Amino acid sequence: MLFYKLFKDKDGRKVGFVQANEACIEAALLAGMRFFAGYPITPSSEMASVSSEKLPMYGGKFIQMEDEIAAMTAVCGASMAGLKAMTATSGPGFSLKQEAIGYAAMNEIPCVIVNVQRAGPSTGLPTQVSQGDVMQARWGTHGDHPIIVLSPSTVVETADLTFDAFNLAEKYRTPVILLMDETLAHMREKITLPAENELKLVERKRATVPPSDYRSFDTRFGDVPPFEPYGGKYHFHITGLTHDEMGFPIVEPDDVVKAMDRIHRKINNNLDDIVKVKQFQTDDAEILLVSFGTPVRTCLGAMEIGRKEGLKIGVLQLQTIWPFPDKAVLNLAKKIGKIFVVELNMGQIINEVQRASQGKSNIKGINKYDGLFISPDEILSHILESKG
Amino acid sequence: MKSLYEIRFSGSGGQGIITAGMVLGEGASLFDGKYVVQTQSYGPEARGGACKTELIIADYPVNYPKPILADILLAMSQAAYDKYIHEIKDDAFVVVDSSLVQYKPAKGVYPVPITKLAAEEVGLKVTANVVALGVISSLTKIASYEALERALLSRVPRGTEEINKKALALGKKLEFKDNV
Amino acid sequence: MMENIIHDYLRPKKSFPHVWCPGCGDGIVLNAMVRAIHSLGKSKDEVVFVSGIGCSSRAPAYTDFSSLHGIHGRALPFATGIKLANPKLTVVVFSGDGDALAIGGNHFIHACRRNIDITVVVINNNIYGMTGGQASPTMPTGAYGATAPYGNLDRPFDVCKLAAAAGANYVARATAFQFFQLEKCIKEGIEKKGFSVIEAVTPCPSLYSFFNNTGRGVDMLKKLRDRAVTTQKAATLSPAELEDKIVTGVFANENFREYCAGYAELVEKAERSKKNEESL
Repeated sequence: MLFYKLFKDKDGRKVGFVQANEACIEAALLAGMRFFAGYPITPSSEMASVSSEKLPMYGGKFIQMEDEIAAMTAVCGASMAGLKAMTATSGPGFSLKQEAIGYAAMNEIPCVIVNVQRAGPSTGLPTQVSQGDVMQARWGTHGDHPIIVLSPSTVVETADLTFDAFNLAEKYRTPVILLMDETLAHMREKITLPAENELKLVERKRATVPPSDYRSFDTRFGDVPPFEPYGGKYHFHITGLTHDEMGFPIVEPDDVVKAMDRIHRKINNNLDDIVKVKQFQTDDAEILLVSFGTPVRTCLGAMEIGRKEGLKIGVLQLQTIWPFPDKAVLNLAKKIGKIFVVELNMGQIINEVQRASQGKSNIKGINKYDGLFISPDEILSHILESKG
Repeated sequence: MKSLYEIRFSGSGGQGIITAGMVLGEGASLFDGKYVVQTQSYGPEARGGACKTELIIADYPVNYPKPILADILLAMSQAAYDKYIHEIKDDAFVVVDSSLVQYKPAKGVYPVPITKLAAEEVGLKVTANVVALGVISSLTKIASYEALERALLSRVPRGTEEINKKALALGKKLEFKDNV
Repeated sequence: MMENIIHDYLRPKKSFPHVWCPGCGDGIVLNAMVRAIHSLGKSKDEVVFVSGIGCSSRAPAYTDFSSLHGIHGRALPFATGIKLANPKLTVVVFSGDGDALAIGGNHFIHACRRNIDITVVVINNNIYGMTGGQASPTMPTGAYGATAPYGNLDRPFDVCKLAAAAGANYVARATAFQFFQLEKCIKEGIEKKGFSVIEAVTPCPSLYSFFNNTGRGVDMLKKLRDRAVTTQKAATLSPAELEDKIVTGVFANENFREYCAGYAELVEKAERSKKNEESL
């Protein structure tokens, strides 16, 4: 049962007043998502509900699995069968999915995982906001692995970054995590979805060699191997074991290094394409607020109020959190002497800001972890306090 | 009219508070062309069956998504009134369901027996949230009646359109007085 | 004379030898599976071979089907994703007793309940082989293993009873000694629309035998032969007589609605409720 309704505007675009959870699925459907496997968990459950209702209308498949792990592995299976696939969860479920996310990274399976962050650790505060999974999104699964993590701050941006997530997943054959939070998930705003002819969708690169010459992880065409789905002339093997181009296990140290380097290189050599940030009034800023997700809006609120009172505040929004936007942070750190990192946790992304800024700026954290959203006053009082 | 309104609807679970917020938000954003952000709270803010939804309706894009001091407060329960009556602006509109809430007469406080009107005039107590919307629309002009009606009809179960329209229209007939 | 077709199904570029120990039953089961698929006239293009982790889970790498060697316990949800995404595929799963019933036990019962058209061969050697001989969920009470130095405290699962009770359409058991029966069960399982479970009881002459002195591969196969009784015969035996027996045969042969078929019906309902957006 849907709790929102979409209308068509005069240009044929779908318009609605919807929650970010709903916007994410509507955008995913437009992005070509045709498989959703889920397991109920607050505060992401609406995504499974909307998918269950809408996917069958789009010729897609929804399945409620028996647990979070099964949902993530089913997504891997469906993507290998050729469908754009996703799942959505929250903290505890995200923890459970980690091994399979590593499998997707290792086997270069395009897929999108939404984590609507709630306060943890453990069951934590299931209905309350947090951004405590920043490091988990990067390093949650074991072993060195490439990952892309995007974080929206508005309902509109949720739709936009959902498109990006699917496109990046397809382009780079990689799992992409959309890191949301409870406040955003249940926030309603107006969205206008692009008409179908306005969409720029990326589809995974297909093989050009004959089946006899196909390799599961062919490196002859660049760092992203061409993909063929199950169920065709191309017979291939994939495995979570460290593997060669054929997908067969390897142990030779040189081969291992070669394989590891490539799956990281395909992301790290394309940072300009992958990493997105937004800057607000940073040109003349003397104080920089660095944030991601919904708290960016509070930073912008604080910027508006602060500037009226003579505080030259600018905001750097990290839309891509992983790979970390080193370049953007360093550039701003060189010219702005004071950086406050605003996050709804006890201090996670601040370590990356400190690393990336190479000591060029004075960096302090503004952290909130009581389960509530942060207000502009709280940010401003930190800024004023530090001024003495 | 102000260019930005901070709005807080609160009451008890089951009164349709969130739905009322959704209808107002959808009406104002999709049909009146305003910038709207609606949030809802769980947890300690809304404990004990309390229920709250907040909206910001503005002429320009909204950054910080939550009200601080309300321009419009709807209080449909005693707990909601007691909790939020102090978090309002000096010129706020406060609509109190006087059939449920003991309130302190003050400038800007508009007592309306919303639930009683829903039961007696509309004939269906659960339309109290819709009656409240009609009252707020008539009193504050925060959203047009047409926009609200369209948003309302796009959400209500089939077969209940007429009674909902009647509930919404009730606000138009009332005369409002703050009791100072 | 049995036609030797296995070489037609081995992956051309895979370097052998395989990982299995001499006397292991996994190769026998793989051969039976390949022959079952061959006898059904299936094209290699339409088959996907999925596994989890463990000795038997290495099998898919050796065959010329498209295949997925997954993570421990999750072969069935991987397979479920593949099958639901493309219901035309024939999806066959190899899973060991630890993989299917311990770490993957929840997936196993839910796959049975869901009754999706997948055939899983549970290769039961009563022990965790790859990790060094630990007690598995089918290890007999009192048997020894690397984590059962004083004898196993736990009672073993009956794979077939579990699968039948959980709602699988087809459930059967054969031992590695009864090659042709095993092939027939796998063939029937693949033919059956719905979830099929074939328990293949196999010897582990390396580790199970190391801890329990059950002899070499041939000894263990002979023992399987001697312990096997048909369901018909079992019906005539007392519980005491059945104590050490392996009951073989078909335990469930049902026709509950298959999941993908159910999904197709659901799609029709969804399409009927589809509405065009009204203009703003």
